[in-house]
Amino acid sequence: MAEFIDLVLLAMLALTALRIIFLKDLFAVVMLFGIYSFLSALIFVNLDAVDVAFTEASVGAGISTVLMLVTLAMTGRKEKQSTHSTILPLFVVLVTGAALIYGTLDMPPFGHPDNPVHQHVAPRYIEESPKEVGLPNMVTSVLASYRGFDTLGETVVVFSAVIGVLSLLGVRRTKKKDLESGLETHKVLHVVSKIIIPLVILFALYVQFHGDFGPGGGFQAGVIAAAAFILYALVLGLPKAFAVVGPKFLQWMAAAGVLLYASVGLYSMYKGGNFLDYNTLAADPIAGQHYGIIIIELGVGITVFAVMLNIFYAFGSQAERSNIQ
Amino acid sequence: MDFLDIVSSILLLAGVFFGFSGAVGLFRFPDFFTRVHAASVTDSIAAILIIGGLLLQTSFDLNTAKLVFILLFLLVTSPTASHALAKSARHGGLLTLAETSPQDKQESAK
Amino acid sequence: MSFILDYYNYWVVVFLMMAGFYIVISANNLVKKIVGLNIFQTSVFMLYISMGKVTGGTAPIVVEGVTQYSNPLPHVLILTAIVVGVATTAVGLSLIVRIKRAYGTVEENEFENKDDAI
Repeated sequence: MAEFIDLVLLAMLALTALRIIFLKDLFAVVMLFGIYSFLSALIFVNLDAVDVAFTEASVGAGISTVLMLVTLAMTGRKEKQSTHSTILPLFVVLVTGAALIYGTLDMPPFGHPDNPVHQHVAPRYIEESPKEVGLPNMVTSVLASYRGFDTLGETVVVFSAVIGVLSLLGVRRTKKKDLESGLETHKVLHVVSKIIIPLVILFALYVQFHGDFGPGGGFQAGVIAAAAFILYALVLGLPKAFAVVGPKFLQWMAAAGVLLYASVGLYSMYKGGNFLDYNTLAADPIAGQHYGIIIIELGVGITVFAVMLNIFYAFGSQAERSNIQ
Repeated sequence: MDFLDIVSSILLLAGVFFGFSGAVGLFRFPDFFTRVHAASVTDSIAAILIIGGLLLQTSFDLNTAKLVFILLFLLVTSPTASHALAKSARHGGLLTLAETSPQDKQESAK
Repeated sequence: MSFILDYYNYWVVVFLMMAGFYIVISANNLVKKIVGLNIFQTSVFMLYISMGKVTGGTAPIVVEGVTQYSNPLPHVLILTAIVVGVATTAVGLSLIVRIKRAYGTVEENEFENKDDAI
């Protein structure tokens, strides 16, 4: 049954991708891309990757779509007729595709427990991590503890992305009077979003702190919390959102999250262990692991939240500026 | 087969029927507003029926509470989304099928 | 039939990858190129997750009475890659916004001719 669902979803995914190729209306392309992300999230659930599905649904379908729509507001929604010939790209793609298909024939069959991927590292993670780290969610244990150094690197990449966006666009505070802020006429939207936003933030906190036991963690929680504030900014206008969390404060927050993460590593060195060795954080190694994971997940959550919201602020203020001109 | 199982499968089948009819309507209806109507059928009644059917399958534990929360969220958000969509279209100057003059219809038919 | 079921996932991944690749090299519009890149990226995610799946396994969260779990390592790699992916997409989109402001267009063939003017 699971295979059947998998086949149907993958076929839908392929159809969506085909439609994206031929559509000229970029607004429709971006909406289809949102559908594409949701479909791939469903496939990830079907392939047992619940944490990944969670991330893809909130990031791919949520934040990416919003960012692309804001960009379209500035660059126009129609793609002009292409002057390239389509034969050469098609030829290149067909040849590469054929080579890759030929390559897949040598791969081990899908889903077989004896595949080489499942022989190395993975058995140790599956058997030992509940005892060594003491958390039911193996993905969180591997992400935050075994591969903590890796995750620190990813957090720094996310942080440097916001530096890139801010140095390219910058967040401009527009004067309040020359702005029609948000969706003034949508009274229903105002009321409902005011009810929804606190609940979304509450859910983000649940995802943040329940990530040790179920799907979730800092990455997902940060994105969900950012989505709540983006909803606020979309409905009530950027100036009001700036009054709640300003862009300057978010820059401090993004840096603080990375610092919090790195300082856990330095503290564990001070206690006599290796960098990011949580066993030394408390007398009992498992309690130490728990402290370490909760703190670094918090750091990741703070950084991701601040970065996503600040990127949205940068794009949103640019769009408002080009509307005024 | 349990009584609850039968009720739950009836609810699920009804939900599938409404979801399917919403999808058909989305493709077959002539203009934007009727399509929003069809899509909101899928959003509201189909979702309620399917989650209702799933609720009867749980053994009344934490999963039941989670499903109830999902149901409540859907009841608040999906009508709001349909409303915002239709209102924005209206705000942007889109006319309903009844308001467009026969001439326009002829032109769009060409 | 089992041959198709064994490789179906990988073939769809290749198809999606090529669809994204085709958009990147054939589209004129930069926003569409970014969408193509994202499709390519998602297909790579799909490849990793497909390899991590074990038939009969469950999600890698410890539950009493379950012995067969899917491989958690690809999940970790892809989870962080998705967030990094959206961050790099944002950088790409902000470059597009700057190109629009400098050249007045985001169509590739149009701004190539304007390089001399600036």
